[in-house]
Amino acid sequence: MKGITPAVLVGTALALWCTASLAQKDTADAIARYRQLLQDGNPAELVVARGEALWKEKRGPKNTSLEQCDLGLGAGVVKGAYAQMPRYFADTDRVMDYEGRVVHCMVTLQGFDQAAVSKSPYSGTGQRQTDIEALAAYGVEQSRGVPVRISQAHPMEKAAYDRGKQLFYMRAGPYDFSCASCHGITGQRIRLQDLPNIANVKEDAQRAFTTWPAYRVSQGTLRSMQWRLNDCFRQQRWPEPVFASQATVDLITFLGVNANGAKMDSPSIKR
Amino acid sequence: MERKIALGLVAAAVLVGCATYVAPTREETMQVVKGSFRDRGIAKVDRLNQSETQVACSEAAQNGKDLPKDVSARLEKQALATVKHPADGVYLGDFKEGERIAQRGVGLQWSDNDKTVAGGNCYACHQLSSQEIAFGNIGPSLKGYGRLRGNSKEVVSYTWGKLWNSHATNACSQMPRYGDANILTMTQLKDVMALLLDPNSPVNK
Repeated sequence: MKGITPAVLVGTALALWCTASLAQKDTADAIARYRQLLQDGNPAELVVARGEALWKEKRGPKNTSLEQCDLGLGAGVVKGAYAQMPRYFADTDRVMDYEGRVVHCMVTLQGFDQAAVSKSPYSGTGQRQTDIEALAAYGVEQSRGVPVRISQAHPMEKAAYDRGKQLFYMRAGPYDFSCASCHGITGQRIRLQDLPNIANVKEDAQRAFTTWPAYRVSQGTLRSMQWRLNDCFRQQRWPEPVFASQATVDLITFLGVNANGAKMDSPSIKR
Repeated sequence: MERKIALGLVAAAVLVGCATYVAPTREETMQVVKGSFRDRGIAKVDRLNQSETQVACSEAAQNGKDLPKDVSARLEKQALATVKHPADGVYLGDFKEGERIAQRGVGLQWSDNDKTVAGGNCYACHQLSSQEIAFGNIGPSLKGYGRLRGNSKEVVSYTWGKLWNSHATNACSQMPRYGDANILTMTQLKDVMALLLDPNSPVNK
């Protein structure tokens, strides 16, 4: 008994107290290591290749390719276009995101039916990617390394940002959740998942914007930005956002403007 | 000369047009949002009809400000009036079932249905039992909740109220209204109460 000094007692107490947080840190470190190991090879490359083939293939009732699609930098320019979307398009008099614009081109150039094309934009777990997902993978790959530059020059682009911001803080539904419930405070976690502070921390918004679309290992498929929003709203206990609807474009504009200046780095690979 | 004036007027009109960008109002944004969502399964668009508390707390969060004292006091009073206490006076159920409810994250999503037994998903935001290390930090740690507070009548009643409608004590609390919003049943709430307050619960070990 003599041998037990107060220092030892304090040390033991401290060690016990630390066990939980150390175990948690170990787990978080292991997840970080796992994420790092994933970076070695990204199955999204195959999806990019399929997207490129789809882009160039003559398809649809009009038997035309998407090569004349105007993504905002002029007909046929894909390189760097994703990094500047959502943006205002004079021909539709709307602000459109990449995915919505691709659907617009599939309808106008290729003659596909709008409702049919946007009916099932997301693949099931482990399933082959949808055409929209493959085209998103191809488009974003063509912007890899290009700085994000989401314009606020047009009044409709400004309005999109302002609505997006309001929507970000909008609490609704049976759980009273808004986007900000999880993504408005620095250092927050759900379980062990770190949550980006999209509204207030530029680096967090930049990482979020530049790393979608992504290959989701746990789901065995490629996920787009529209999907990312869709699955957040599901967990928010909200109804379902319509694919490429105005509110989704508004939210992506809010995120994109907050991310301006960062370099696109997608498709990425995520846990 | 006339042409010059006309041109000048056009230029002035353009300038005024640019200078008078007016940000969309909350109502205009809500119109756009409602038009951008659709019913899916049990998650209907009417979920976007905000309560007075939801509106007030959305605005406060966007402005980075707390609610004015009189407003939060009124909303808290309103929330407190919703709290229903167990008719049989029994507040504590089965802590083992409570732990399962705390672990469970489903319920009320469009990927669920009206037969899905909802969980409380407490670990998403809180630390509870010490053996569960995958806990979030949006809410405070609840480890040792009952051991630290005892289970006096006041503590029991306060905890029940917090679970039923968290806005009763903090108008803009981020915690779901588990009783008021019909997320958990009376029996489930009692089980979560036991997880927090039963001396034999892993939370208090």
